[in-house]
This record gives sequence, C-alpha cells and structure tokens, in this order.
Amino acid sequence: MTQDPIVDIRGLNHWFGSGDARKQALFDVEMTLPRGSFTVLMGPSGSGKTTVLTLVGCLRGVQDGSVRLMGQELRGADAETLTGLRQRLGFIFQAHNLHESLTAIQNVVMGVQVRPGVPDALARQAAARALGLVGLADRLDYLPANLSGGQKQRVAVARALVGNPALVLADEPTAALDKDSAADVVDLLKRLGAERGTTTLLVTHDNRILDRADRILTLEDGRIVSVEDRT
Amino acid sequence: MSRLLQRLFGRLPIGWLQLTHKRGRFAAALAGVAFANVLVFVQLGLMNSMAAATLKPYGFFQADIMISAGDANALAEGGNVARQWMLQALADPEVAEGLSLFVGTVPWDRGETDIALTTFGIDPGRPGFIAPGLTEDLHLLSVQDAAILDRLARGLPPDEAAAIRPQTPLRFEAQDRTLTALATFAGGGGFGGDGFMLVSDQTFLSLFPSRSSAAPDHILLRLRPGADVPAAIARLRGLVSDQSLRIRSYGDAAAEDLRYQQTQRPTGVIFGFGVLIGVLVGLVIVYQVLSADVADHMREYATFKAMGYGPRFFLGIVLEEALVLGLLGFLPGLAIGTAILTLMGKVTTLPLTMTPGMAVTVFLGTVGFSALSGIIATRRLAAADPADLF
Repeated sequence: MTQDPIVDIRGLNHWFGSGDARKQALFDVEMTLPRGSFTVLMGPSGSGKTTVLTLVGCLRGVQDGSVRLMGQELRGADAETLTGLRQRLGFIFQAHNLHESLTAIQNVVMGVQVRPGVPDALARQAAARALGLVGLADRLDYLPANLSGGQKQRVAVARALVGNPALVLADEPTAALDKDSAADVVDLLKRLGAERGTTTLLVTHDNRILDRADRILTLEDGRIVSVEDRT
Repeated sequence: MSRLLQRLFGRLPIGWLQLTHKRGRFAAALAGVAFANVLVFVQLGLMNSMAAATLKPYGFFQADIMISAGDANALAEGGNVARQWMLQALADPEVAEGLSLFVGTVPWDRGETDIALTTFGIDPGRPGFIAPGLTEDLHLLSVQDAAILDRLARGLPPDEAAAIRPQTPLRFEAQDRTLTALATFAGGGGFGGDGFMLVSDQTFLSLFPSRSSAAPDHILLRLRPGADVPAAIARLRGLVSDQSLRIRSYGDAAAEDLRYQQTQRPTGVIFGFGVLIGVLVGLVIVYQVLSADVADHMREYATFKAMGYGPRFFLGIVLEEALVLGLLGFLPGLAIGTAILTLMGKVTTLPLTMTPGMAVTVFLGTVGFSALSGIIATRRLAAADPADLF
C-alpha cells in the first residue's frame, strides 16, 4: 500500500514584488516528498530553494499552484490552520537561532510546549532525552553563549526533533560548521529521521553531505532541473 | 523566582529569563520604574497633603449649613456675609442656632521666624458648633485677648507649645496686641498658613479693627435633630433675598473648597500635572525597555513564530516582562517614596505621609501602565517575520 506523501507540490509559481518590480521566483515547480525520505534541495544562490522551503513551511502564502502538506492544501488556508501545521514541523536554520536567555534544555522544551497541554515535567523529560540523543546530555543547563557552534546547532536539531515532527525543514544547517560537526549533524538528522519516520527536506550548498541523501533535487532559476533518486 | 513564575504561567517564564539575562539593563529598568513611582508618590503625597490641609479647619467646627459670600471659594477667601442673614435664617423653624465665623490671618513675629496663623473668631458661648476635642477649653476664650493655639504650628517649638496651660500661659505680641495662649489643639501647617488659632469673636474684632461684628466671613447654622438639610437649604434660599450668597451644606462647602483648591488654584493644578508627568515618565520608561527588548529578540521571536507559537504567546511574554518591571520597580519606589514623604513632612510640617490608599493606587497604576506599555511594545512584534529567518 502506498502512503500519501508528506509534501505534494503541483504547478507551483511564486512572485515577489508587484507592478514593474514583480519578479517570478518559482516556475511550475513539481515535487513530492514521501514519508520518511531524506531529500536534499540544491541549487545556486537565488535559484528559489529558500522560497520553496518557506512555502512548504507555511511561512509564506501560496500564490499559484498547489502545495499539499500532510494532506492539507496550503493555498488559501487561514492563519490558524497554517500555525497549527507549523506546530507539526521541525525547523533548523542556518543560524541556530537559539534563545540566548534560555539554557539548552529550555530551548528544546520550547519545541514541545508549542503544543498546548503538555505537562512541564513531560516536556522537560522529552527535551533531556532529545539532548541526550544529540550527545549533549551533560550540557542541559548550559546557555548558548557557553556552547560551541556545533553544540548549538545540535541543540537546534534537538529542538526541531523533540516534538516528533512529521517533516523537518533545514536551511543550510551545516554552513557554519566544520567538516566533522557538519557530518555529525547530518548523520544525526538522517538517523533520527529513519528511527522516527520523519521526512527531511534539507537545503544546502554543501557537497559534503550529498552522499547521505535519498533524493537530490536541483533547482535553477526557479525551475527543477534534475531529480536524482538514490534509494 | 523562575520556578514560581513557571508554575504561575504554566510555561517557561521567558519574559523573566530575558529580563534577568542582562542584569545591568534589568537593574537600570527597575531604577527607571522606581523613579517614576517616586515622582508619582511625591506628587500624590503633596496632593493628599493639600486636601488634608484644606479640609483640616472644617474639622474644627460642626454645622449643618454654611452661608458664605458669592466669591468665597475657600474658608479663608472671599467677601463677608451680613449677619442679618443669620437672624433671617433663625426664623426658619428647623434652624436651631447660628454662629458668626470670622476668619483672618494673624502674623506672629517671633524674631527670626514669622508664623502666619489662620485665626478663627467665634462666640465661645456656642460650644455646639465646636468639634468635641476643642470644647473643653472653649470657655477660656471668654477672657479678652485669650487664644487657643495650634501646637503643631510650623515654627512653634514643640516644647514651647507643650508648656502652654492656663496656669502657664504663653503671651505673645500680634497685631499690636498682647495675646495670651491658654491652651492648645492639634492643627498643623498648611499651604496657606503655618498653623491655626482660635479666639473669641470679640478678640478677633480687636485684632482686626477694620472688621465689623455685623459682617462675619461665614455663617454656620445647626438644624434641629432630624431636620432635612436639603429642604432647609431650599427654604433658606427663599428666605434670603441676596441671591449671590452661597447657601450649602457644611459637607458640600468643604468639598467645593477642596475641588477649588485642586482645580482652580495653581498649586493643585501643578500637583495634578506632576502626577500625570510621573505616569507618563513611567509609561515611556517601561515602553522603552520593552521595545528595546523586543527589538533585541526579534530573531528569537521569529523563530518561535516559525515553530507555531501564536500572538497570545508573544503578548504573554511582553506582559510578563511588563508586570515583572511594574512589580519589582514598585517596591523600591514605595520605600524611597515613603522615605522622601516622611522627610518632606518633617521639614515642612505638612501632613505628608504614605497612605495605604496611595500605595494601592500607585501599585495598580504601575501595573496598569506597565501592561499598557507592553501592549504597545508588542506592535513591534509584527515585524518579526519568520520567512526572513531563511
């Protein structure tokens, strides 16, 4: 039996600006992300990778075409629906974007508490477990200022994964990391994703991590120009 | 504190953690809120003091109705009233008795300091008009040039005042006459005078030769027990042909005097503006702190937005910060405000004290303006666009 894909994009066009300044960023993009897949989206700067990520992540409105996320059509969806969907996603940013005033475990707790009704003790327990999985069990009460770049990004990974998201959207998560740390983070994403059935869409320029992808999509000038299936 | 707030809010106390993360800025913010509180406390203290000082002399007397000249906005202001209207008022069956009340300022030259005594001239044979605490010594005023002196008068040494008794009177020169203080009562300095003095109407007329017994400053009336005061006032307005006179209940006269002092006199208006400025300063300080804090954490807020946190969550954080600033800024503000008012009260002998009512009012006001500042500051959160994070 074939499961519905987590993400199903059909005929997606997107523009920025208006009038004479209007510029089309995406042209008739089609993309499907099966459940549990690890997909890398590549392409030069300005090719539209980030636009795809923000549209799938419910952070921009879909203007033309169709984006179905977990079966829900995003085009025309109201703000409440989009916010609800975002609670089921995991985001990892190029900059870790950890809250400087919160300790590592508190930052990760934020990834659980977004869903109402989770008791404090349970949230803290899940956050500690997630930090243990990324190898930071001994850094629970460290503030971000006292963690290395790789450790911060691992906290961000833990924060993205702690709520068992259906889809992780990662934007250049290894850009600021050295080779070993980058490999650690991607391996971690892939391993945890495989264990939990989490789908990952990772945008990157980093060739070092391509061999870990199930699929590689290449975007150029707003168009998908190649799809490489490596499973 | 963090755990307490976490239990209270049912989530991480992010506002508290953000504020306390930068301790120097947090301390400066609390100092700012405390400063605004002190401003408001001092101005409120002065306003309350003015109210207390205005109403104080009304407490020396007991009456149901007061008749005053049309321009007599305050007890010691305005023209005279013809005594004939008192006689006319006594024709009303409900009016039991009347009293001519004379008011003037007697300067007491004490060498280095002058004491301005607001002096009331009354008929000592009518104790029913005098407040219970003063009636025991009232008979002493029957002696010419006798006086009952305010022992709390500004410039009068307490030990000197404490020694005043009928057996050990204090004689002093004023208005080219020698007055004899035979007893004392508790008055206190106000904004218009340094203290009070009670004398007989005859002594008063000796002190103010230009004044006439036929033209007191006010007429006080007492009604028979159970009489309807508004009905009596309405009848008196019909009886008294001079329509310019103000015929009011005694309580209304005091309230109108207070309203006049607060809204018409420069001091009252200035104190009122002082309170307003204190509130505005507090509002601006809290807004600046919260607004800068929101700007500093824009990326974090955008991240939370991306994660699915909604507007109520962000409003909660900013309001949490506003309340923390309001509450923790209030406590030092209360302590410093109390100390300043106590000190000012000692120096000026004005009734400047921190009252529970003031503390509660300022506390609620602080929490209110902090919350308002927080609500305004959350408008900046609209700029936190999670799409910009990528």
